[in-house]
Amino acid sequence: MSASQTGPAAAAKAAWKPEIIAFCCNYCAYAAADLAGARRMQYPPNVRIVHSPCTGKIEMEHILDAFEKGIDGVLVAGCLEGGCHFLEGNLRAKRRIEKVRQVLDEIGIGGERLRMVNLSAAMAPTFVERVREMVETVTRLGPNPLRAAAAREGAGSR
Amino acid sequence: MIVASPKSITEIGEIIQKHDRVLFAGCGTCVTVCLAGGEREVGITAYAVRMARRLKGRPIEIEQQTLERQCENEFIKDLAPAVERNEAVLSFACGAGVQALAERFPAKPVYAALDTQFLGILEEQAVWTEKCMSCGRCMLAQFGGVCPVTRCAKRLLNGPCGGSTEEHCEVSPDRPCAWQLIYKRLKAIGQLDRLDAIVAPKDWQTAWHGGARKIVRQEHRV
Repeated sequence: MSASQTGPAAAAKAAWKPEIIAFCCNYCAYAAADLAGARRMQYPPNVRIVHSPCTGKIEMEHILDAFEKGIDGVLVAGCLEGGCHFLEGNLRAKRRIEKVRQVLDEIGIGGERLRMVNLSAAMAPTFVERVREMVETVTRLGPNPLRAAAAREGAGSR
Repeated sequence: MIVASPKSITEIGEIIQKHDRVLFAGCGTCVTVCLAGGEREVGITAYAVRMARRLKGRPIEIEQQTLERQCENEFIKDLAPAVERNEAVLSFACGAGVQALAERFPAKPVYAALDTQFLGILEEQAVWTEKCMSCGRCMLAQFGGVCPVTRCAKRLLNGPCGGSTEEHCEVSPDRPCAWQLIYKRLKAIGQLDRLDAIVAPKDWQTAWHGGARKIVRQEHRV
């Protein structure tokens, strides 16, 4: 085993747990998460839910701000296509998410860290499954590269 | 309205790579309406550029300010303190706004964040089309309000070419034939007789081919 795999960096990486924000629409994903809780369904505790009136209300700036602050992944959970309470908020969100994914790829954060999923209020198992998938994806990708940049900046300023 | 489109984050990064403290200056008029250079687009670009620079190990400080209009000195003067505080300015205005800032602040680098495209209108949400190429001598009265100079790919002034098919231009199937539109419009307003007149070759002296143009209106001079 090489030194790089046994040093403090490797230990820090092993101790790292991904932090994920899930922007959840009030009319579907938030209720699905609630239902998952009521049914005592287990899902990784790495996810922090942000209650949103509709995925169409989630601006590109909200997601970029989360990544700039060091979040490792963002899940945007909206209604099934055709089922938006506001008719097309989730369809607008879909296009915005795609654009932000392109930006994240372009700047080196990685578009895979952002994902939009669609489900209904009754789909608690789907919500749990999507959260697990997101945690797996982000765990595979590793920490947000800005965390390492922040550590370098901190070391440089000392 | 002037329609512009944003440059890529990569290109913007290259343009301002020498600087560590930059003012991102938005414009609240045309480019805000065409969703390219308003307060919001400035903010989104700033997020992306800041993150990209931190990943490259060279953080950048970005100040953001959006003016009502970047093409008028009366508004530009509000930007002076922020310009003073920064090494350079990245302007999210059209080409006119960028140059207005550059003239107003001669000692400061001023860069363009947008590609200015054309004079056009909003067809539907997030779709803009070119309607006027500012040729300097408007002939719209003769053509029922549809400009063949801008909207006919061959700029024909006396009827369609032989290539138009199914009301579409042969250059691009998603582009309507301007002459088809002119015919329909003149018919609708009862002015088909206008098509009987032969239109003389256009005088291009008023267009930009002679270099940048200037207008002086003596009655409004002070």
